[in-house]
Amino acid sequence: MILAVLGQLGEAIQFIFTKSEGPGGAQVGGSQLLPLLWEHLLITGVSVAVATAVALPLGAWLGHSRHGSFLVVSVTNAGRAVPSLGVFFLFFAALGAGFFNITLALILLAIPPILLNAYTGVRGVDPETVDAARGMGLTGAQILSRVELPLALPLIFGGITTSTVNVIATATLGPEAGVVTLGDPIINPSSYGEAGRLGAAILVALLAIAAQVGLTAVQRKLTPAGVRLSGQAPPRRLLFIPKRRVAPTP
Amino acid sequence: MSTRRTIPALAAVLALGLGVAACGGNDNENAGSTSPATTTESPEQPAAIKHNDANAKVALTVGSKNFTEQKVLGEIYAQAFSAAGYTVKTALNLGDEQTALKALKGGQISGYPEYTGTALLSFLKVPADKLPHDSGEAYDQVKAGMAKEGIQAFPPTPFTSSNEVGLTKKRATQLGVTKISDLKPKASQLTLFGSPECRTRRDCLLGLEQVYGLTFKKFVPVNIDQRHEVLTSGQADLSIVFTTDPQIKRNDEVLLEDDKRMFPPYNSTFLMKESVADKAGPDLAATIDAVNKNLSADVMQELNARVDLDKDTPEQAAQAYLKQFKLIPD
Amino acid sequence: MNALVLAQAGNDFFRNRAGDSCVADNGFCPNWIVHHLDRYVSPFWQHLFLVVVSVAIGFAIAFVLALAAHRRRGLVAPITQVAGVLYTIPSLAFFFLLLPITGRGNTTAIIALTAYTLLVLFRNIIDGLDGVPEEARDAGQGMGLTGRQLLWRVELPLAMPAIIAGLRVAATTTVGLAALATYAGAGGLGDQMASQKEFISNIAVGGALCVLMAVVLDGLLLVAQRLLTPWTRARAA
Repeated sequence: MILAVLGQLGEAIQFIFTKSEGPGGAQVGGSQLLPLLWEHLLITGVSVAVATAVALPLGAWLGHSRHGSFLVVSVTNAGRAVPSLGVFFLFFAALGAGFFNITLALILLAIPPILLNAYTGVRGVDPETVDAARGMGLTGAQILSRVELPLALPLIFGGITTSTVNVIATATLGPEAGVVTLGDPIINPSSYGEAGRLGAAILVALLAIAAQVGLTAVQRKLTPAGVRLSGQAPPRRLLFIPKRRVAPTP
Repeated sequence: MSTRRTIPALAAVLALGLGVAACGGNDNENAGSTSPATTTESPEQPAAIKHNDANAKVALTVGSKNFTEQKVLGEIYAQAFSAAGYTVKTALNLGDEQTALKALKGGQISGYPEYTGTALLSFLKVPADKLPHDSGEAYDQVKAGMAKEGIQAFPPTPFTSSNEVGLTKKRATQLGVTKISDLKPKASQLTLFGSPECRTRRDCLLGLEQVYGLTFKKFVPVNIDQRHEVLTSGQADLSIVFTTDPQIKRNDEVLLEDDKRMFPPYNSTFLMKESVADKAGPDLAATIDAVNKNLSADVMQELNARVDLDKDTPEQAAQAYLKQFKLIPD
Repeated sequence: MNALVLAQAGNDFFRNRAGDSCVADNGFCPNWIVHHLDRYVSPFWQHLFLVVVSVAIGFAIAFVLALAAHRRRGLVAPITQVAGVLYTIPSLAFFFLLLPITGRGNTTAIIALTAYTLLVLFRNIIDGLDGVPEEARDAGQGMGLTGRQLLWRVELPLAMPAIIAGLRVAATTTVGLAALATYAGAGGLGDQMASQKEFISNIAVGGALCVLMAVVLDGLLLVAQRLLTPWTRARAA
């Protein structure tokens, strides 16, 4: 049994690196996967970027003004309870197939973690720090941009990281709706074969892990040195801890 | 979202109703009974499926491919075999034809309904110029070819459901096309939507490229269930649809004529490993025969409509079919 | 042959579809929904089964790990790392990574879903235990409680709010994730949604039932917390 599993693993890895003829007769694997990878990265990038543009300012402002915690909590809980599959199929059923339609669904899915973390991050800044800043004569907007946001950066970035991983996961469903991502060998294994399906699963898993590790590293680079020293930054050794309650990957 | 097409639908139903009325008379008189033999052929009323307890020791798993017609057919055979006394499980919605054949050869399923045309092109790799165009000939070739792999192909259904190149009537008029070869000059500006395996099938995109010399602007793979949605939403210029799809009439779609005869006949033939079929005994063939007798194109289309349009489950549609034609008791 | 067949069929076999087309148009049809709720009963229970089993097993594993790490702090980091990797791997990929070993079906789905809950549950249990005030521990030791008694009679009860919070998050997110179990060959509401994915009513009902399940489970856990930590109620009162 172990040998069988190892054998399949070997075939899957071979699929990832070499193009060969699949059961359907088409050339699959190896470099043929590159357009799929690109589509996957593209849709993820666009969705997370737009979601951040929407959720970050909103969450930060709500956190700063200390209003709307009910809104944030509701959006977060809804985001957690509503199945990503449901949102995906709903947009598909209502709007049809296509990159744009599916991106809308993914943006919606990416918003809750970013909103929650922006809100929690800004709101969680030590009130004494905020008072000190106010005492120094900074305006509300300046406090937000020069004090609260930098201090909230680790948490905000944590939210973006979580959303990115979520979207990478959901984008695997893309081929159901005509968006040919790395999920194609998983959803439509017929032209790729079982080796292809396992190979694609490995690639998606690696992509998600790479995004998590990469973004966490970027987060640490971006966190101002002062914040890191002050101890509000996440401890270095614990790479994978998502700060606070965030929605896990679908 | 598709708009209502009440008038054409009403017209179609009226036409069908008139047709039936003209042939069959008042249904109060004829329901379930044979009509008087006014033709040379006596009407074939299949006997109800006989339950044989001896069959219970034979376990069958009925599979099917991943679209409505297949799921309905799978359910029909499964329920029919069950009525004949076999111990039946279903494994419907397996995937495309390659996946289904693999499951059959690997023993995960005992049998599934395949199409003669699909078997000819995807399994037996018959070259385009040697394709038979008569249903009977197509079945004979499939029977002989599959027998070489130890697979028995049971006698086919009366209906044939071919792959077709479909588009909305509006678009067809706009483009001024009635035959597939009319597409040649315009193909480079048109998008074709099809199932993912369509790209490599000679009775799909590959065939259109090779036989008709068409190079489309774009081929977009979508879930096979979406084949009509993409036309009504305007996303697709062309889509690969099936002759028994109820949406064709409903959505006012047009099927382009296959003037180069690229598509073979597609009658449904139940495939089973010879060893499994032998163990199952003579009741199996008799049951399949009884089931197939009334599967005309109109009946198959109605069953598809029940699932796709009325949102019945394939199980319900299959049961309705078997009860309607007195194959199982009410 | 056709005419004879139709004659036998009678016109009642061929339905008249000229009427209401909400369903045929794949729209949102409250009338259809109300009459076909029975279609969602079996998937609902299958879904609930997947969620409850996964969270229960996840909790059991996380609890054991947390107790071990509570004593040996060195275990916290590696356990968190592994749980974090499991958390990051998308479930769809996870199902197919497991496929060669466990095949299609409930088992594969449950293994993947359980793996997701580990990080949240482990972290919350550890945080909860860490958050127990020193005074409480001192008081307990002063009363002569052994380490084991201290754990079960002082630390865990005080950690309960954090533990339940973790369970609530795990339960609600597992409800959403279990929808994907259809790709692993397990049933559930996702299976029902995928069986007719162009029909808005179907998706809407499936999604709504998922939300309902999450809300109910969340509520039940909250009630459990109130029952298990009566002192917090007293404090609030």
